[in-house]
Amino acid sequence: MTANAESQVLVDVAWLQAHKDDPSVRIVEVDVDVYSYDEGHIPGAVGWNWSTQLCDTHRRDILSKSDFEALMRAAGITPQTTIILYGDNNNWFAAWAFWQAKIYGHHDVRLLDGGRRKWLEMGGELTDEVPTHAPAAYTAHDADPSLRSFLDDVRRDSAARAIGLVDVRSLAEFTGEILAPPGLPETCQRGGHIPGASSIPWGKVCREDGTFHSRDVLDKLYADAGITRDKPVVTYCRIGERSSHSWFVLKYLLGYADVRNYDGSWTEWGNLVNAPIEKG
Amino acid sequence: MSHFTAQEYERRHEVLEGWEIGITTYRLGGRCFCKVDNVSPGALIARAVAATKADAERAALASAKTRLASTRRTPPAPRG
Repeated sequence: MTANAESQVLVDVAWLQAHKDDPSVRIVEVDVDVYSYDEGHIPGAVGWNWSTQLCDTHRRDILSKSDFEALMRAAGITPQTTIILYGDNNNWFAAWAFWQAKIYGHHDVRLLDGGRRKWLEMGGELTDEVPTHAPAAYTAHDADPSLRSFLDDVRRDSAARAIGLVDVRSLAEFTGEILAPPGLPETCQRGGHIPGASSIPWGKVCREDGTFHSRDVLDKLYADAGITRDKPVVTYCRIGERSSHSWFVLKYLLGYADVRNYDGSWTEWGNLVNAPIEKG
Repeated sequence: MSHFTAQEYERRHEVLEGWEIGITTYRLGGRCFCKVDNVSPGALIARAVAATKADAERAALASAKTRLASTRRTPPAPRG
């Protein structure tokens, strides 16, 4: 299924060059570095700030259905629009946006393979012009609960070893050697990982140039770590964005049937009183 | 409004304060950008904009050095 599956969720630079002026396509940039869009972006691309526009800014949560609808409307996106997401750092936060778009049932959303880096390296045109799009009508589906795990689900299912639990953080975070990625603020009280989790750092799914590895390589990566198709799979990281990237790979590139992103992740688990933790 | 392409795009890895870092530099129009990430996981830890790539890189690395120096390591417990 991979060629077909990939064509439904991934586009390359050549495809985007050919379709960037297609009115049924809306290009959206989502970066880790929230200033990148202003440096220059693909002509016509909308920019979404992950820290203010792709989360609830009052309580810790993803966008509400109504906020998601408002975001789509403002970008001129209808339910029939093909959304092409791209961003820096191998599409880290572009995948976060992809996950939320699928939660609210958007049918056709895809990632630019290699993201912003690939576009820049290939000499793709950029602009500093911020596009204006006429507001569109958009009604989202109710949130799909099958794509997301919450604390109680993970507590129950990890204790019962009923899930394949994938920790996509770096090995140093997984072992408890560090509490946060190097250079970032520590946001948890304890280091380590959820008991039973397998360490499969998110970056391993990409080549050095940021594009995704072949299906054979990805299959082997997860199979070698014991993540099989006979059990539901839950991915987690620190705040849920890196794990949305691995969730994308498992669900859409490899076709695992039941994959959920635990976006509470280590900043929730690692701060819980009396939660079981493994180190090393 | 202007249109342009990235020029002199380069990326390399180095070690700073004991941590592997990725250094990305490029020129957009008349400005040069340098971004430093922590490779694993790849989060941005410093960025700088300057008239030359050398100046941008110098400023970004100085900022990255400060941030990386504050990262605490705890020796991992033995497994099993």
